[in-house]
Amino acid sequence: MIVNHNIWDPLHECLERRDLERLQLARLRATLARVSQVPCYQNKFKQAGVGPDDIHTLEDLAKLPFTVKDDLRQNYPYGMFTVPMRDVVRIHSSSGTTGKPTVVGYSRKDLNDWSNLVARFMTAAGVVADDIVHIAFGYGLFTGAFGLHYGAEMIGSAVIPMSGGNTERQIMILKDYEATALVCTPSYALTLADRIAKMGHDPRTYLSLKVGLFGGEPWSEELRREIESRLNIIATDNYGLSEIIGPGVAGECLCKKGMHIFEDHFIPEIINPDTGEVLPPGEKGELVLTNIVQEAMPLIRYRTRDITCLHYDKCECGRTLVRMEKTMGRTDDMLIIKGVNVFPTQIEEVLFQVEGCEPHYQLIIERKGTLDTLEVHIEVNENIFFDEMRKQRAFVEMLEKRLATNIGLHAKIKLVEPSLIPRHEGKANRIIDKRNK
Amino acid sequence: MKVKQISIFIENKSGRLAEVTRLLGEKGVNIQALSLADTSDFGILRLLVDNTDVALETLKEGGFTVNKTEVVAVEVPDQPGGLCEILQVLDKTEVNVEYMYAFVARNVGNAVIIFRFDEIDSAIETLQKEGVNLLTREQLYGL
Repeated sequence: MIVNHNIWDPLHECLERRDLERLQLARLRATLARVSQVPCYQNKFKQAGVGPDDIHTLEDLAKLPFTVKDDLRQNYPYGMFTVPMRDVVRIHSSSGTTGKPTVVGYSRKDLNDWSNLVARFMTAAGVVADDIVHIAFGYGLFTGAFGLHYGAEMIGSAVIPMSGGNTERQIMILKDYEATALVCTPSYALTLADRIAKMGHDPRTYLSLKVGLFGGEPWSEELRREIESRLNIIATDNYGLSEIIGPGVAGECLCKKGMHIFEDHFIPEIINPDTGEVLPPGEKGELVLTNIVQEAMPLIRYRTRDITCLHYDKCECGRTLVRMEKTMGRTDDMLIIKGVNVFPTQIEEVLFQVEGCEPHYQLIIERKGTLDTLEVHIEVNENIFFDEMRKQRAFVEMLEKRLATNIGLHAKIKLVEPSLIPRHEGKANRIIDKRNK
Repeated sequence: MKVKQISIFIENKSGRLAEVTRLLGEKGVNIQALSLADTSDFGILRLLVDNTDVALETLKEGGFTVNKTEVVAVEVPDQPGGLCEILQVLDKTEVNVEYMYAFVARNVGNAVIIFRFDEIDSAIETLQKEGVNLLTREQLYGL
């Protein structure tokens, strides 16, 4: 399938690799010169004994130290910014984090670039100016909704900033406003299909949808086929993370053979997560991204913790950009539940804060119907066992409320008898993920 | 005037209640009265037993989460309107009842209502002032 007309920025998306690499190197060197003004990078480079002047080729990038999420935490909130606040026009945060989220800043140019990057993968999925784009991501600190919103506007589509929740109202708006493109998590797309069927309509014909852009959580090819057949749409995947820019790092074209990384903005590397060594093309490992365009907060060799592999052979769509496979897991224990990033340690922290609560817990993640559910099983000890049902239930409700505030999603708390949760057997036993991916 | 009661956390799954009674039976602990409050996930089992300390220790060893609480045992005439009189006393004195349960004690000969109050001392004072008959542990177990 040749779909050349679906390219937003042919100049940059179809560069010959030699030209692309020349552009990358120039942009990398300019970016390194700018980040060297920031104390965090000054220290990092000093410790590693390297500097911007040591970078003469793209291969030299491997000499530079990695940036990790903890660097962002230590420099919270604005320590990683490379421009003064007067040049920052937007602030976002990573989804579902504890007290200290990671902060990302955007200059006016960054916002414009971001919109264009999103416009690239939306165009690649077939979205055009005539489309009506329904965005069912939650609007807020999370980058998803705003990223897609401005990308769709950049294309000239009509944007419905619906935000999350209230499925029946979503369906009414989708139907009445004749939306042709849907933006949400893949699991929510199935929830919509289920509800439409429950309302007595055929999800294949009830709406005017032709395409769906799904993201925010990992999803399988099986799930794609299910969404496509049940809603009678084309479903495409895209990739991004708030620390780097948000959605708009990579996106699928209609060939659906991996997500094109927008390499003129981000240099991808695949590393061995244990040794940090760069792996040859085609090998599976952790994705590392270097931001070579962003003004406000470019990250150098940022470890995404996502496992994938890269394919450099040319795609039928005409783009020359490398393609990354769907992420195949994480190198840390981060869980993605209903599109929200959750670390087990965040839950542990909430439990620790409750007096008398020992962190003997287990996380049970399931997919009920189309939605993920999180159950936290907590062992009852004498300190948190009340003889009155009223107090016991109030305790459970208090924990549920605190968890919702801290991790950004509702978890059901289930109290269990002691010693039923395996002890001293490593972290893995704390997490039971029953979702089939 | 306070009577010791033990409360046990029980997960809502088969065999747990049987396990509690088995453990107590093996140690020769006799259950005088019980009440179970439950939700779909878990239950709180409250027991009056003849040997609270042994029961507590036995169940803890058996892996259960157990608390000791103090309740008040009220003797109620085993006749129509008997309970009503007591409840009317409580009603006008603003004593808060967390929960209650009833049984007929062999050695007392009357109905016994177990009350769990949020403020047990003032509740006892009030009930005694109103002439309600509170049972001691000795009376309750016929010791």
